[in-house]
Amino acid sequence: MQETRELLRIEHLKKYFSTPSGILHAVDDVSFVLDEGKTLGVVGESGCGKSTLGRTILRLHEPTDGKIFFDGQDITGLDKKRMKALRRDMQIIFQDPFASLNPRMTVGQTISESLIIQGLVDKQDKRSLDKRVAELMDLVGLAPRLINSYPHELDGGRRQRIGIARVLALNPKFIVCDEPVSALDVSIQAQVLNLMQDLQDSFGFSYLFITHDLSVVKHLSDEIIVMYLGKMVEKAKTSRLFANPLHPYTQALLSAIPVPDPDFPVNRILLEGELSSPINPAPGCRFAKRCPKACDKCREADIPLKEVEPDHFVACTLVR
Amino acid sequence: MSTTRTQRKQRSLWFEAWRRLKKNKLAMAGLLFLALLVVIAISTIIIDIATNKSYYNDHVIKQNLRLRLQGPSKDHIFGLDEFGRDIFLRMLWAVRYSLFMGTIAIAMSTIVGGILGAIAGFYGKRTDNIIMRFMDILLAIPSMLLATAIVAALGTSLTNVLMAIAISYIPTFARTVRASVLTIKDQEFIEAARALGASDLRIIGKYILPNSLAPLIVQASLGVAGAILSIAGLSFLGLGIQPPTPEWGSMLSNARSYIRDGWHITVIPGLGIMLTILALNVLGDGLRDALDPRLKN
Repeated sequence: MQETRELLRIEHLKKYFSTPSGILHAVDDVSFVLDEGKTLGVVGESGCGKSTLGRTILRLHEPTDGKIFFDGQDITGLDKKRMKALRRDMQIIFQDPFASLNPRMTVGQTISESLIIQGLVDKQDKRSLDKRVAELMDLVGLAPRLINSYPHELDGGRRQRIGIARVLALNPKFIVCDEPVSALDVSIQAQVLNLMQDLQDSFGFSYLFITHDLSVVKHLSDEIIVMYLGKMVEKAKTSRLFANPLHPYTQALLSAIPVPDPDFPVNRILLEGELSSPINPAPGCRFAKRCPKACDKCREADIPLKEVEPDHFVACTLVR
Repeated sequence: MSTTRTQRKQRSLWFEAWRRLKKNKLAMAGLLFLALLVVIAISTIIIDIATNKSYYNDHVIKQNLRLRLQGPSKDHIFGLDEFGRDIFLRMLWAVRYSLFMGTIAIAMSTIVGGILGAIAGFYGKRTDNIIMRFMDILLAIPSMLLATAIVAALGTSLTNVLMAIAISYIPTFARTVRASVLTIKDQEFIEAARALGASDLRIIGKYILPNSLAPLIVQASLGVAGAILSIAGLSFLGLGIQPPTPEWGSMLSNARSYIRDGWHITVIPGLGIMLTILALNVLGDGLRDALDPRLKN
């Protein structure tokens, strides 16, 4: 057994937004632990709060309640200055490589921006700045001639590589990957995913991998959290989750994975209805409205997560 | 290594915009006309310095009442005005006021309005409300009336006219910048900068302003046209540049009593104002098209 060290611990994290029509529960009581060098997948449909979760952990949104421990330190109350120092260790790769790069900055400028903001390289020292940028571009597989190109001249895959290089420049320990490949073509998705995995192997990052693409998380993650309307509904090791999904929502999600074989018997669980509103949600299981197995008990009170087997947690009344 | 590093020439968005602008013949004609005006303004200033204003005193403001209202001729291609002064020379000497004062006034209001708009858009909420409501108050007063009031209260001097026009244009620029800041600040690259730990000042200066510059440039080029009109208007009312200094607006104003005796002395300053405004508007339109990245061709 390899010894692992805890890097990130989230305890009862909540993020509510107040909107004109009520309080929006974007992230509602999420807890988990992420070890060094591991990948935690977060899956769920659009609007389930998975992106908000990632951003709240980095304190790009202020958490409403709950605690975030990074490297053993509670970072929820840290001031701007100490947070800035921490940002060297925790970074984010965004979904849309078209929107996440400043259109007025060249590739070289974007990458050096990380180094300059965090003071890793002296701004005056052009030589070592250029050297480091070239190093990083090489690392993510960008040709050196692209250094003076602007993002609008590059394709999605190359842009996403810039986004990765910018993060890599800081040598972080923990990276939130907010659907990093869902905006890319399938052929490029694989390249970028392989790059991210290679980088993890050589630098030992921990990833929080947010996606709606189950085949991607299956490929990458050690552990998976399934979210529905801000709530964690199931959490398990990847192999266990795919072998034995217990929550009806997880079952429906997994049944929706396309199989590249036309003769494969299709056994889809089709969900009725729409995602209910996350504004002032009713008590009880958030999924009860669409759940084919819902009973009265589901609508009475929030269902706590229960450990059904070691490291496999489910929030469902049917499971005991 | 240096042999393989054949870096491509930088083709920034500005370069692309310039390439597109060059294709627009009307806008280039406007730009050419404005360039000519700049050359005229600078050469007259140089002449003034070189001759210690003696040329100016002898030819531009010296009266010759015997020849008053003489029509265009070989010696005086635009004719002579109501005091027998050469209109052509007076037109040339007046360029600097319209052009430079218009530009300086708009530059001032672009900077002040731009900063106010950026702050309002970036911080939002209370800050936004306070700044923008104040801008609304300024906007509620017609700009000409506001400028007239400021000049009337502070007295007629070059600086006061400048200030008056600059202040009356601030709200327009604040609104333009605020609007583009609002659309830019929610984009992911701003969040990326935040995640890197960039300060607010850096985010505004390096991320938001460069990306909201395009509408501001268009607004400024159209604003200069408005400011030139305002200066001419103030002078026409006697609140701007004081005689005998030549200025298009005041030339027009003084000439209007003689419109039956000599058509040329009203038409020529009027044409000057009109052509300049037209050139600026055409250029502004061209810039708007050139800076719009959706019109890539």
